[in-house]
Amino acid sequence: MLVSTKWLEEYVNTQGLDPKELGEKITRAGIEVDAVIDRSQGMTNIVVGYVLEKVKHPEADKLNICQVDVGEETTQIICGAPNVEAGQKVIVARPGAVLPGGIKIKKAKLRGEVSNGMICSLQELGIEGRLVPKAYAEGIYVLPETAIVGESVLPLFGLDDTILELGLTPNRSDALSMLGVAYEVGAILSEDMKYPEATYTESSEKASDYLTLRVEAMEENPMYIAKVVKNVQIKESPLWLQNRLMAAGVRPHNNVVDVTNYVLMEYGQPLHAFDYDRLETKEIVVRLANEGEKIVTLDDQERTLKSTHLVITNGVEPVAIAGVMGGLNSEVHDGTTTVVIESAYFTAGSIRQSSKDHGLRSDASTRFEKGVDPNRVILAAERAASLLAELAGGEVLAGSVVVDELEKEPAEVVVSPDFINNRLGMKISLEDMTSILSRLKFDYQAANGYIYIKAPTRRQDIKIEEDIIEEIARMYGYDEIPMTLPVEESKPGGLTSYQAKRRQVRAYLEGAGLYQAITYSLTSKEMSQKFALETAPVTELLMPMSEDRSILRQSLIPHLLEAVTYNTARQADTVALYEVGSVFLGETESGLPHEQEHLAAVITGKWLDHSWQGEKKSVDFFVLKGIVEGLMGLLGHSKELTFERTVKDGLHPGRTASIKLDGAEIGLLGQLHPSEQKARDLKETYVVEINLAKVLNKELEALYYAPVSKFPSITRDIALVVDSEKATGELQAIIQLSGGKLLKNVHLFDLYEGEKMEPGKKSVAFSLTYFDPERTLTDEEVVNAHNKVLKALAEQAGAELRG
Amino acid sequence: MEAQLQQLKEEALQKIEASGNVKELNDVRVAYLGKKGPITDLLKGMGKLPAEERPKMGALVNVVREEVTTVLEARMTLLQEQAINEQLEKESIDVTLPGRPVKTGNHHPLTRVVEEIEDLFLSMGYEIAEGPEVEKDYYNFEALNLPKGHPARDMQDSFYISEDILLRTHTSPVQARTMEAKEGQPIKIICPGKVYRRDNDDATHSHQFTQIEGLVIGENIRMSDLKGTLSLFAKKMFGDDREIRLRPSFFPFTEPSVEMDISCFKCSGSGCNVCKKTGWIEILGAGMVHPNVLEMAGYDSKKLSGFAFGMGPERIAMLKYGVEDIRHFYTNDVRFLSQFHRSEV
Ligand SMILES: [Zn+2]
Repeated sequence: MLVSTKWLEEYVNTQGLDPKELGEKITRAGIEVDAVIDRSQGMTNIVVGYVLEKVKHPEADKLNICQVDVGEETTQIICGAPNVEAGQKVIVARPGAVLPGGIKIKKAKLRGEVSNGMICSLQELGIEGRLVPKAYAEGIYVLPETAIVGESVLPLFGLDDTILELGLTPNRSDALSMLGVAYEVGAILSEDMKYPEATYTESSEKASDYLTLRVEAMEENPMYIAKVVKNVQIKESPLWLQNRLMAAGVRPHNNVVDVTNYVLMEYGQPLHAFDYDRLETKEIVVRLANEGEKIVTLDDQERTLKSTHLVITNGVEPVAIAGVMGGLNSEVHDGTTTVVIESAYFTAGSIRQSSKDHGLRSDASTRFEKGVDPNRVILAAERAASLLAELAGGEVLAGSVVVDELEKEPAEVVVSPDFINNRLGMKISLEDMTSILSRLKFDYQAANGYIYIKAPTRRQDIKIEEDIIEEIARMYGYDEIPMTLPVEESKPGGLTSYQAKRRQVRAYLEGAGLYQAITYSLTSKEMSQKFALETAPVTELLMPMSEDRSILRQSLIPHLLEAVTYNTARQADTVALYEVGSVFLGETESGLPHEQEHLAAVITGKWLDHSWQGEKKSVDFFVLKGIVEGLMGLLGHSKELTFERTVKDGLHPGRTASIKLDGAEIGLLGQLHPSEQKARDLKETYVVEINLAKVLNKELEALYYAPVSKFPSITRDIALVVDSEKATGELQAIIQLSGGKLLKNVHLFDLYEGEKMEPGKKSVAFSLTYFDPERTLTDEEVVNAHNKVLKALAEQAGAELRG
Repeated sequence: MEAQLQQLKEEALQKIEASGNVKELNDVRVAYLGKKGPITDLLKGMGKLPAEERPKMGALVNVVREEVTTVLEARMTLLQEQAINEQLEKESIDVTLPGRPVKTGNHHPLTRVVEEIEDLFLSMGYEIAEGPEVEKDYYNFEALNLPKGHPARDMQDSFYISEDILLRTHTSPVQARTMEAKEGQPIKIICPGKVYRRDNDDATHSHQFTQIEGLVIGENIRMSDLKGTLSLFAKKMFGDDREIRLRPSFFPFTEPSVEMDISCFKCSGSGCNVCKKTGWIEILGAGMVHPNVLEMAGYDSKKLSGFAFGMGPERIAMLKYGVEDIRHFYTNDVRFLSQFHRSEV
């Protein structure tokens, strides 16, 4: 909402406040002033000129040489506008003038001819092109005869004005009108209101003799009033009215249309003007449209209607989409002599529906959508009639045609001053409270420890006690509220075990060298299930903004890979990222997908780079595996953790493992498939994804200390030759199972595969630690246990002991 | 024999003096004091002396032996020290060479901000509540006093999955769920999480972003409690000398509703580009829980009251760290992420 401070002054005394100061007061009281706009924009030296003579420029077809009287002198100005003529009063920017945007006007020579300034269009004065009356949209503006040569042009266009741009919250639709803003300002400044007048002489003829009215959709349109004005003369509106409309962001058209828009801005009540003669039937019928019915609207578009759209008809065909846009067939035009002024109450839901369906948002529809004041429907119609009599020479027919079943009673709210103070934590006196209600011009009575309030219908947002609390508090000043803390039983807050562990996971991974990434949950169909640990039906948006963000992800890896590629494409050769986030699996009984918190990491490049000492190591499978093992150790799941070779789309078939806890898969670890690496222009890249929720929710045994033994342990190494394909994990498992309770630790310390080995064989060496916390082991015991291990290895894995 | 002894001594002392390192000195020790050395020989040869001369001669040999030993030991100590010093000199390194790197990553800046806020409220007895990112329309809107058809819940602004299910547009549904679960009991929670809106990604908009909201419900929770709590928050996040101010605003789920500004931390109120010359920076929205919201979750709005507040960690991080484009948070450029390495306690 754009509020001209000059116009506002008509309804309320702003006490000579500087517009900035006024804006600040309005903001602090509850309506945010987004901007304070000085319409003069620093313009100077722009005056009314009179074109005495116009001749064609000898050297340029499109230029004219004009002799212009600017008051002090007659001067030559070159003008390229197509509509400049001798005898016009025009806007002249004199040498030294400053135009919006800091453009300075200087004496110039155009193709050999001197030009002492510039004849301006309204756009050049900083008025938006869409607001400039169509007649002057393509050229200079022609001033009315009454303009005085040599005087400043700024006041003529209301450019010596300041606009407050209000950012209105949905509850304050009352401020979508100049009067509404005036009420607010009046309450803030404790000033009374000055109301607009509606006085005219009624014709002897009656409106009801000209027009009949029937409303068939009372629910959507509980009130409709039409006034008829005849003998109107269609012309330009006076400049003051055009200026106010332009200041409010509305383009002037002709006096009739301008009056309806003016009253809309003044009262917040949308009006519509029909050409009475073009209605043909002398009848207005308001009804819901027939499905598929058509209307050509003012913007020359043919629109197909649905049965939920409210239309105004002449009893035969639609002449307007109610509250949204009029029809071309009944538009007021230059030859119109009799007009019908419609003022109606259309319900918010109905207008919202048709406004949305037609993609049409107008000043009218926005106001209906937010709810207009039922008590202004008649006032606005009368005000418009009065202005038409004044500005279009119209004769207002007696009375109106009316259908009215609209509830217009104010909302009643009863509230106790104690309740207000308790909720605010303040001690505002009853007197101060009622004084605020008076300033707001709310009807109230204070009695028996309560205040009985009738909220004015313009304030549709006031319904309950809490609304009154807000009104009192904002007018009293939020700065006056003291600062306290909740008084309550103190009880410890804190993280849940899950949340605390998740923080540990992050800290661990970061300590291990990975940066936390956060990527998007929405992805493309192609990416949604790629690399997913488990797949389920996808969760898809009804109306995605793009294909790339249309489905919720089932794996974190694709977007992490994108982030890695982003980095490597920018000269980062080593990237290590992890993410903790949800994946979205299928549909559960509640209709919501199952959201599972996952952890994923991607690493590529060098893991160790300490070049000057010759230590350098690229990332490999075991770097990432080590990180996973460390993490599971931290979380207390080392014992249950196993890795099994597996195959997964998109991953290297020989370098991928399923991560298992107690034999159940909880994650995947592997190298990105070389073809995937190539497609992303990545070097060797390793990825892991783990169902973090499952890991963090897994029960842990209580932590008990095992006494540190005084007795020594005994270590025996074994070197084995096995088939190359034999997994060392399998060998380790055999050792562990066969070693008995004395075997405390198995540690792989050497692996060899190569020239010195028989083809298809490899050598593996383990170090086995035997130990009993209660005593020193005898050689014999160790030999026995060790022999069992060797035997099992030979039998179960075909392992030969290596010389 | 005495003269022979004297000569041996002179010789030994000369050789001790001449030896330049531990090994040479050890050779001298073996040569003169060893079991096969001349002094030992002299002692052995004493048997040939008359019995009355033996004690005198024995004492003399011992004196010489001790004297040589003492000088040798002293020389030995000196040479050993020299040897150690030489060794140390050889071992010296260029201490300005780079150390073996310990690579560590760090929190994403949004996590950093969220955890900082979490920790403040945890210390005040709050709990952290979490909830689904794909939500029922009921929890995201209806239970928050946004019935169907309410203008603030335009289909255009939300990502719907079906008519009744959408990506949550704020973390408030977690509040609604918590209230429902607590069945009328007091509540003190904060709710961090990801939220989604139908916005084109640009410098100031992101279709996915983060929110953190707070909710306190109890007997006689007052607006002054909200103001005091927010003031603590502002000081913790933006510095002890921050002032706050509340401005009336509108949210369907609170009444009264406010927006909170903090005094500009960059210019302290004199006006700069951060505060757009106003001296104040808008930080969050808040208010007293709307009675409809309380009643819908089964709370008696006449007996219990509450406050709620909500903010965007992106905005806070942008202000705090001077980040100019919200997309940086989702690009995961390591050159960006790694700047949030330093701890800030
Ligand atoms: Zn500042």
